[in-house]
Amino acid sequence: MFQILNIKGSINFLRHAVPISILSAILVLGSLGSLATKGINWGLDFTGGTVVELEFSSPANLVAIREGLSTEETDGAVVQNFGSSRDILIRLPVKEGVKSDTQVAHVMEGVTQLDPTVIQKRVEFVGPQVGKELAEQGGLAVLVALICILIYVSFRFEWRLALGSVTALAHDVIITLGVFSIFQLEFDLTVLAGLLTVVGYSLNDTIVVFDRIRENFLKLRKGSPEDVVNTSITQTMSRTIITTGTTLVVVVALFLKGGTMIHGFATALLMGIFVGTFSSIYVASFLAIKLGINREHMMPVEIEKEGADQDTLMP
Amino acid sequence: MLNKYPMWKNLMVMIIIAIGGFYAIPNLFGEDHAVQVVATRGAEVTASTQSAVNDVLVSKGIAVKRSELENGQLLVRVGNGEEQLLAKEAIAEALGDKFTVALNLAPATPEWLEAMGGSPMKLGLDLRGGVHFLMEVDMGEAVRKMTEAKVADFRTDLRAERIRYAGIRNGARGIEIKFRDAETLANAERFLKSRSADMVFTDRSTGSDYFLVANPSDVYLKQIKEEALQQNITTLRNRVNELGVAEPVVQRQGAERIIVELPGVQDTARAKEILSATASIEFHMVDQNADVQAAASGRVPAGSELYQRREGGPVVLKKAVMLTGDHIQGAQPSYDEYSRPQVSINLDSKGGSIFSNVTKDNIGNPMATLFIEYKDTGEKNADGSVKMKKIEEVISVATIQARLGRNFVITGLGHAESQNLALLLRAGALIAPVYIVEERTIGPSLGAENIENGMQAMIWGMAVVLLFMLVYYRGFGLIANLALTANLVMVVGVMSMIPGAVLTLPGIAGMVLTVGMAVDGNVLIYERIREELRNGRSIQQAIHEGYGNAFSTIADANITTFMTALILFAVGTGAVKGFAVTLMIGIATSMFTSIVGTRSIVNAIWGGKRVKKLSI
Repeated sequence: MFQILNIKGSINFLRHAVPISILSAILVLGSLGSLATKGINWGLDFTGGTVVELEFSSPANLVAIREGLSTEETDGAVVQNFGSSRDILIRLPVKEGVKSDTQVAHVMEGVTQLDPTVIQKRVEFVGPQVGKELAEQGGLAVLVALICILIYVSFRFEWRLALGSVTALAHDVIITLGVFSIFQLEFDLTVLAGLLTVVGYSLNDTIVVFDRIRENFLKLRKGSPEDVVNTSITQTMSRTIITTGTTLVVVVALFLKGGTMIHGFATALLMGIFVGTFSSIYVASFLAIKLGINREHMMPVEIEKEGADQDTLMP
Repeated sequence: MLNKYPMWKNLMVMIIIAIGGFYAIPNLFGEDHAVQVVATRGAEVTASTQSAVNDVLVSKGIAVKRSELENGQLLVRVGNGEEQLLAKEAIAEALGDKFTVALNLAPATPEWLEAMGGSPMKLGLDLRGGVHFLMEVDMGEAVRKMTEAKVADFRTDLRAERIRYAGIRNGARGIEIKFRDAETLANAERFLKSRSADMVFTDRSTGSDYFLVANPSDVYLKQIKEEALQQNITTLRNRVNELGVAEPVVQRQGAERIIVELPGVQDTARAKEILSATASIEFHMVDQNADVQAAASGRVPAGSELYQRREGGPVVLKKAVMLTGDHIQGAQPSYDEYSRPQVSINLDSKGGSIFSNVTKDNIGNPMATLFIEYKDTGEKNADGSVKMKKIEEVISVATIQARLGRNFVITGLGHAESQNLALLLRAGALIAPVYIVEERTIGPSLGAENIENGMQAMIWGMAVVLLFMLVYYRGFGLIANLALTANLVMVVGVMSMIPGAVLTLPGIAGMVLTVGMAVDGNVLIYERIREELRNGRSIQQAIHEGYGNAFSTIADANITTFMTALILFAVGTGAVKGFAVTLMIGIATSMFTSIVGTRSIVNAIWGGKRVKKLSI
């Protein structure tokens, strides 16, 4: 059998924990800073407004389109390429007293003069009220997800580990949001879905490591908590690399082949997978150690799970 | 003996995968071009309609692939898109306006498969194109209408009880009733409380001003809103049916919103025009002096007009409108003391007084209910607006038995008719205005592009993952790949089985993601087996321990992902919900295939015998 990692003993991952934690903290603070100053480039789903996607028969002239959209009704429109030079996305802000239909009619009037064969591929209008509600719901969803996970992990493992994993998740969410803020990538509903998937995925990783940590605390009678954590991370390293690899492959496939409408989703996942893998080691495990996790904390849990009930649970 | 599954377990795995696979099969057949015929306004699609349609198509030289009559609708499958258009025109022309004829794409699932409940996955609007509306019901208006009706009620009730009030108005604090002294107020309060249990009365007297304020109770308020929403849904559903759209969706979203989805419709302007068009009701007296036969041949008396009854036959009505449907507040089918069906109608106060006056002079005479509707002709006027056709039909004729007030009943109807009439009366107009708060149009080419892109991503991702697993884990990798393929088939199968599940673009993304993440279970198990082997365990022991130890990890990891998917499902709308559904199904099926499925194969190959080396 050939292996990606063939390690004897364990790697001292935690040796680098302090500098990496500082790096993490800088990333989180940087993200928060960007979120505070630049904010998020909210997509149509959250701000309300109208989006028109057009397909021109030849590469579109953005400048000419923008010039055509300076009427009172369409003032403030954002015109950008969408996937290819022939595909154009126009975002129109909500205007007091102007119907979205009127805005779209103005747009179509302008662009048909430039290219009579232009195809209207998609029109979306979202009222500002709906958008606001959605933004509130979205924020709430992420929060509820984190709380549910905190409860589940404390119940299944131990509160120090739970706090470690939730901190790691918050870390991932903040940095992913930070990237969206710094590069002003559009944040729409699919990105929110991506973000929640990141929460699920990153937790997957953390739990695999924690499961091993718990097991090793009970198995390895010797060694400091640091040693146990190092051994556990080393043992699960091959799995982490392989799973992250296969997931990355499909997410890259989505990013490259999935089309423009799920680009945001793929971007969020791509970011999240990197940050999530890394945080399960350096944020989740390290924090649990700093919170003073040790062998005794694992003892009571062992009675209610592992071992005895295993055979009946196992198919 | 280690690593031997009992027969029943192997059988269970096989049966579950076979069922999943079986229900995934319909997705392989694609779709037929079809024409859908639905009856409107009292007509019925019967076997004779079916044979009429067949005759028309035969005469036009269009071959019918299959013709199905089900749930009161007819679905005729034809060869291609060109024939479909021709067929639609021919059928619409032959059947007239009592039927809605719509273009449809019907799943080309063979009949035997359909008979066993097989149907392909339903595609979301983002994959097939169409219009999506999110409409909000103006609840303020619904409540205002109710309070206005209450003002009139109080006025009549207090007058009848000879309780003198100084004034009643619909004010900022609620319905404000002013009295001259405290004693009258107390009397009125006692009396009104006994009459309207659904209102809350508060004494708001200050100094010499004696005020009683009435507000709807929370329960009543909720009920008003609920009724307004339900009634608007019924109305919109009726109108959408008139649009001639195949498989439209009209459903509630939360407490005040309604989703309307019209697959295949591109022209939003037309859709909006029809959704907001009104059908209405008018009451007319029947012209008893007119000779119906003469009128039918063109000699209609002045001041009267000839109409057709819904069930057929002419009838002459006086032109003067006794009452319009705008005054109808509610209509419910019920039964009189002899268990004969009837429809009880409530009018608003203005309608009540008008009606009371006109019926007083017409006791013993027949009164007709006229149903008026504006229907889209499919043609356009010179200015580009949609040409609407006015359709008028007499839906009932009943004799006025006594002077009628705000609440009265229409009798002389059959059971089904009374149900229908009540529905139509209620459905005529929207009880409270609705406005569009969200609108999305997806072109059909974009939909096709989305499917294409999603499939591309899936194929590439899957190919790389399968190849890697095979190279890295060899024999066990092949088993994992079988499990992965079975998993994907099962996701498709389960998605096809669940009636409410809809495949959306993010849903496809969810499936792609499942491919990448589903190997995790097997990677965990295999890495564990390798580890146990390295630690010097025997081969059988290593397999057993590998599966055993990885189980709780896999369960924990998947449960938490499932929780986030569930939250996503709860808060998400439309496409995001679609993603959450596929993700949840994917988690369940991937756990099954990666743990139980692969174990069954591993046990069959290596279990219970002497093995020198594992292919892992």
